[in-house]
Amino acid sequence: MKTLYDKLWEEHHVTRLDTGESLLYIDRHYLHEVTSPQAFEGLSKKNLMPWRLEANIATPDHNVPTTRGSGFNSEQIKDEISKIQVVELDKNCNTFGIKQFDIKSTKQGIVHVIGPELGYTLPGMTIVCGDSHTSTHGALGCLAMGIGTSEVEHVLATQCLKVSKLKNMLVKFEGEPSENVTSKDIVLYFIGLIGTAGGTGYAIEFAGSYIENISIESRMTICNMAIEAGAKVGLIAPDKITLDYVREKSFLDSQTLEKAEDYWLKLKTDEGASFDNEIIIDISKIKPQVTWGTSPEMVVNFDDEIPTSSNSSDNNKKNIELARDYMGIDKATKLSDLVFDKVFIGSCTNSRIEDLRQAAEIIKGRSVADNILEAIVVPGSGQVKEQAENEGLDKVFKEAGFIWRDPGCSMCLGMNPDQLKPYERCASTSNRNFEGRQGYLGRTHLMSPLMAAYTAINGTVGEPS
Amino acid sequence: MKSNSEGLIIDGIAAFIDRDNIDTDQIIPTEYLKSIKKFGFEDYLFDGWRYQDDGKLGITKDERIINEEFILNIKPFDAAKILLSRDNFGCGSSREHAVWALRDFGIKAVIASSFGDIFYNNCFKNGVLPIKLDKDEIEMLFKKTKEDILEISIDLQKKQINLSEKVIHFEVDDHLINRIIFDLDDVDITLKEKNKILKFEKERIKNKPWIYTND
Ligand code: SF4
Repeated sequence: MKTLYDKLWEEHHVTRLDTGESLLYIDRHYLHEVTSPQAFEGLSKKNLMPWRLEANIATPDHNVPTTRGSGFNSEQIKDEISKIQVVELDKNCNTFGIKQFDIKSTKQGIVHVIGPELGYTLPGMTIVCGDSHTSTHGALGCLAMGIGTSEVEHVLATQCLKVSKLKNMLVKFEGEPSENVTSKDIVLYFIGLIGTAGGTGYAIEFAGSYIENISIESRMTICNMAIEAGAKVGLIAPDKITLDYVREKSFLDSQTLEKAEDYWLKLKTDEGASFDNEIIIDISKIKPQVTWGTSPEMVVNFDDEIPTSSNSSDNNKKNIELARDYMGIDKATKLSDLVFDKVFIGSCTNSRIEDLRQAAEIIKGRSVADNILEAIVVPGSGQVKEQAENEGLDKVFKEAGFIWRDPGCSMCLGMNPDQLKPYERCASTSNRNFEGRQGYLGRTHLMSPLMAAYTAINGTVGEPS
Repeated sequence: MKSNSEGLIIDGIAAFIDRDNIDTDQIIPTEYLKSIKKFGFEDYLFDGWRYQDDGKLGITKDERIINEEFILNIKPFDAAKILLSRDNFGCGSSREHAVWALRDFGIKAVIASSFGDIFYNNCFKNGVLPIKLDKDEIEMLFKKTKEDILEISIDLQKKQINLSEKVIHFEVDDHLINRIIFDLDDVDITLKEKNKILKFEKERIKNKPWIYTND
């Protein structure tokens, strides 16, 4: 009896090397401008060509400005160094013949958003990308993981990844969520529970009645943040919801698709297969979650007190003090006492159409609080942007005082001009609240698009109303 | 196979950072990921903690406001070859730049109670040895740093850390550590299996045609 991860592993297992590691065949390889230049350089130095060209799909996302407007090209990027990187991706894709949705394309976007929506991510695939949030694609029943630049070169050169097998973890979310609780809250709660190292060395399969009932987009939010729980791989068995999603996005002809579907539905963990670790979580009592500190595990209910070091172990004490200090929390405070400066709705965690709809629903007819200096919405892709505009969501946001941007990673990591200034406090739908992540000395609080929308309107993390 | 005999022993002073969850954004902030090179990251290691101003790619250490209290700015730790930390070192982003920055600074080994998976893997591709020890052993080493400057000798082949009065063994897969000892290149190793990969691929294309159809 095997787990889903075991099956995907075996299915892609080419050979076991003398060293004990395995070569795993890679079906799909996504590339972006930040972690690929050194890999292409390595490939050229070895005089090699990509092993299987069509496996590769590229797009620039991290560095792109989000105030581009139409007709903008790579050469127009103002930050000279960002420009070099984006132009370099153009060059490499041209030289090697790799398909790229470049900065001009209406399909450009965050690599993990465009992969599934353009039909390149399919159940049962192995997928890699020089980006830790590649785990996102596991939501469609793929074995997907982030890799380093040396491995990007290796995959380009050999179509294989050299790896050792991970351990299996099963996480079951059971029950019905309360009002205002989204998959972002569920995954933040889970990270708070097991810690950011809790999933290290594991492939986590998410299951349970909650998972069975949510959309692919919500599932992607959960698998996306598996890495914040320490796990390279997060995955969910394909079901009818998956097939419907794929059918809508796919460019495959119906005959091929039907054949594939029969196979995809068989991709699941065998009844009675054993896991190295199993966790069952009753999600019915979970409240909206907001992070207070500088690690995603530093998370509490939105209406809770922020932890203090007084009643924790020695080492933890230090972590808590450092985080409180960095986040500018001096007295014992409730999260709801903190006053925010900025709101960011975007990132590969929460920038898909469902996220924007949820936020817009709250914002409709209201306006951004006076203390919020800037509230921005950055759709995950050109397609998400277009869809949102067709639905009039851009107007809802703009009328409320939000700024409506072009797709990219944006303030998730501030590699482009969208950054926090020192000490600014931001309500962010992204995935990392590390020191300086959104800008030098910036303060990030992770939350769902729903809670970010409330925060924009209240100016504080208030009671949803 | 090139034997890199100097790589067999790492001798040096250990700098230490006493906190958990040091993520790769701390090891090297986003700004420096704009480089398209593989070297030259030494001045940006732990940028947010090492300096009191905001840096840009291309700026050097001499142009910065130094945080005199940060360990890598304090002699003799500014020449440390070993870094000691706590739990989950290198979590977060997959950026290999984090390892390049450690390597360029001169760090040859990082000792911690656990590591982020992707970071751990990236280390071996760049000659940096990540060593996992039990939490008690880490605690013991931190205690020592309070008494005196910690000098360590790491024997890669014996997989042991030699302290003046004590030896600590560590576990690491042979195939990983051999990459550092013999300076092996993964692409070369894998391409020896070229025929197996081709055969596998051919079968797969036949059985799972949808994977090989692009628009
Ligand atoms: S949106 Fe953020 S987390 Fe996602 S790929 Fe971009 S930078 Fe990484």
